[in-house]
Amino acid sequence: MNAPGDRRLAVNPLRDPRDRRIPRVAEPSVLVMFGVTGDLAQKKLLPAIYDLANRGLLPPGFSLVGYARRDWGDQDFAKLTNEAIREHARTRFRDEVWEQVREGIRFCSGDFSDDNAFDQLADTVSRLDAERGTGGNRAFYLSIPPGQFPVVVKQLERSGLSGDSVSPGWRRVVIEKPFGHDLVSARELNDLLASVFPPYSVFRIDHYLGKETVQNLLALRFANTLFEPIWNRGYVDHVQITMSEDIGIGSRAGYYDGIGAARDVIQNHLLQLLALTVMEEPVSFHPAALRAEKQKALSAVQLPEDMATGTARGQYAAGWQGGIPVRGFLAEDGIAPDSVTETYAAVKLGVDTRRWAGVPFYLRTGKRLATRMTEIAVIFQRAPHLPFNATDARELGENALVIRVQPDEGVTLRFGSKVPGSAMEVRDVNMDFAYGESFTESSPEAYERLLLDVLIGDPPLFPGHEEVELSWQILDPIEQFWASGGHPEAYPAGSAGPASADALMARDGRAWRRL
Amino acid sequence: MRTELTDTTASAVRTALMRCCQQMGGLTTGVVLNLVVMTDEAGQYDAMKAASQAGREHPCQVIGVIARKAGGQRRLDAEIAVGENAPGQQVLLRTYGELNEHVDSVVTPLLVPDTPVVIWWPGYAPQAPAADPLGLLGQRRITDVVTTEAPRERLLQLAAGYRPGDTDLAWARTTTWRSLLAATLDRPPGVIFEATVAAEPDNPSADLMVAWLAGRLGVPVKSEISGGPGITEVNFDTDGGRIGISRLDGRNATLSRPGEPDRYVALHRRDIAELLAEELRRLDPDEVYGEALATLQATAGGT
Repeated sequence: MNAPGDRRLAVNPLRDPRDRRIPRVAEPSVLVMFGVTGDLAQKKLLPAIYDLANRGLLPPGFSLVGYARRDWGDQDFAKLTNEAIREHARTRFRDEVWEQVREGIRFCSGDFSDDNAFDQLADTVSRLDAERGTGGNRAFYLSIPPGQFPVVVKQLERSGLSGDSVSPGWRRVVIEKPFGHDLVSARELNDLLASVFPPYSVFRIDHYLGKETVQNLLALRFANTLFEPIWNRGYVDHVQITMSEDIGIGSRAGYYDGIGAARDVIQNHLLQLLALTVMEEPVSFHPAALRAEKQKALSAVQLPEDMATGTARGQYAAGWQGGIPVRGFLAEDGIAPDSVTETYAAVKLGVDTRRWAGVPFYLRTGKRLATRMTEIAVIFQRAPHLPFNATDARELGENALVIRVQPDEGVTLRFGSKVPGSAMEVRDVNMDFAYGESFTESSPEAYERLLLDVLIGDPPLFPGHEEVELSWQILDPIEQFWASGGHPEAYPAGSAGPASADALMARDGRAWRRL
Repeated sequence: MRTELTDTTASAVRTALMRCCQQMGGLTTGVVLNLVVMTDEAGQYDAMKAASQAGREHPCQVIGVIARKAGGQRRLDAEIAVGENAPGQQVLLRTYGELNEHVDSVVTPLLVPDTPVVIWWPGYAPQAPAADPLGLLGQRRITDVVTTEAPRERLLQLAAGYRPGDTDLAWARTTTWRSLLAATLDRPPGVIFEATVAAEPDNPSADLMVAWLAGRLGVPVKSEISGGPGITEVNFDTDGGRIGISRLDGRNATLSRPGEPDRYVALHRRDIAELLAEELRRLDPDEVYGEALATLQATAGGT
């Protein structure tokens, strides 16, 4: 409430942190999307915008501007958006919500090198400010190949779209991985973005960080007392972080060849999961505090002393994947028959901190594996002494806490339990928490959460450029070692990966979890 | 899986429920709350349906209670449904005779332990829900004055008996409006002198809206009668002109600001299941509702 003398409202009087029913709503703004005809835009981004609108999280006046090299008018882009929504949106289609979205849809046609087209885009966006009260707030979503970032970013600057310190409203730019292909290129990309946008305006999307389970990892670790005391080298034997895919590279040959599994997945997703698993408790969930802890964690990561035994790579060969015969990687369209790009990568990392010294972290990812699955498995040490007869506990494995990121999001705790009967026999059982059991209908897509965070300007779930660079510092030596010679080991499609990866674990007296 | 028990006891119901769950694969593990629905024969179908729909977002054990004839023999009948077109489990109890006065003794043993309890009265509710024997079991007590004959009076009665943890669906019906109004004022509106809320006659949501706005803005808030449905208009009179949202058809709203073209916003009226799902999202006391009720009570007392 305001003092009678000064009724000018500095803060919104209708907002109250205790009022949890009123959701965080994005500010009136324009989302300018490059690459609207791409797969990601069709399947994820456009549907996510509708889902946000349907949940009442987009403000009146929110506008969406598409930019592509198509000879289209606003209504053609609206039609494309409508189709994408009807096919892929998570929430029910409602005419009135669509009408609200449609009213703010604009389209600009042109090349990325076309000065005129960008001037037109600038014109369209500033007209929206006047027509729909978007107040100069702009987010630029670059859903385009990274090779085209420089030209688009320069165009944004030249046309004045990126604004300057005196223009009203905010400017934000959103980019998708890959954030470079090594440390040098990552720095170049960052320099390019930094020349036009201040660091806090750059949002790097790692959609894994938008997933409920990944955010739940923070809740699991820092909202409970149960796990913290055992979350260290005193109790943890090792950690396995896995992202396996059952699909091949599909039509992504152009992007994938020369990049490979490690750059595509380990550098971003898996190292982010590792950082969240090993980091110390942040002093708050303020973005700077969270990033500081993740950076500390990543800077403590140690590479294997011997790269030859501490890493493994593979390439899928022809085989049977889930009952269907599939081609090998080298036979995929657009892949050179002598390509040494790996489609499977495994590394053993250490984390040199008091908490984790000596605990190995095994990261693996691959395509055309037996199943699609992403998980973080924290495997605990065996009890130091078992007061049972040797045969009683023969079937007892190691205790484990498994955070299932996808599919079937949830948490599993595995421990030993007595088998009913007159004999003392101990066997592993699972205690399970599954989101998928009943929460699926309301659990928002990662992109909904991330888009909303961009429009609100809430960056904790987006990795900063320091994290990106630290991750490349971890991966670059491994890539250099692999580039120094040899060929990735072939593994049959539909299997659990190359034999060298199993050997990597076997040398430590351990085994990968079954996919 | 369905089971019916007639002339039974709470412990027999509990045993049957556990057997059902075991046969269906131990579904109790996924239950995050107990939802007790105090209903009647006429309302039970809609109420149980809404509860199980809300259960898709919040897997719950729904215990429906219908108090039948007060006179006559004491008796308890139960219908159990586990894993039937909804996650979680559902129990529908019918009580007869003097058992009607001791429903809590049947409900208590059926509650899933270590799991919050919410009591929902879709129709008739006690004047002071927190003082009711069943209300005492719940950390959240949900009423719905709209379904009663004199919603405004009922709302004032609830205000008099308010305890933290009480809430009414009339308040949940204002959420989409309040959210849109808050988003509208995210852009500084200038100095607000006065606000107006227009709604169909005798609408408790509008009363709560007026009270909320008056409390938050500290300016006079007028209420006007319109043809409905529900709330149709909210306006802020500012030094720069009138900022207003109007919704005449219950689906589509128009936002107008001085000097700008009107904008179109979707603002549909939600069904009971959606409202209930919103209520179940947070189980701590809704202090903002408490304040709006208090403002309402103070204004009503003053006139």
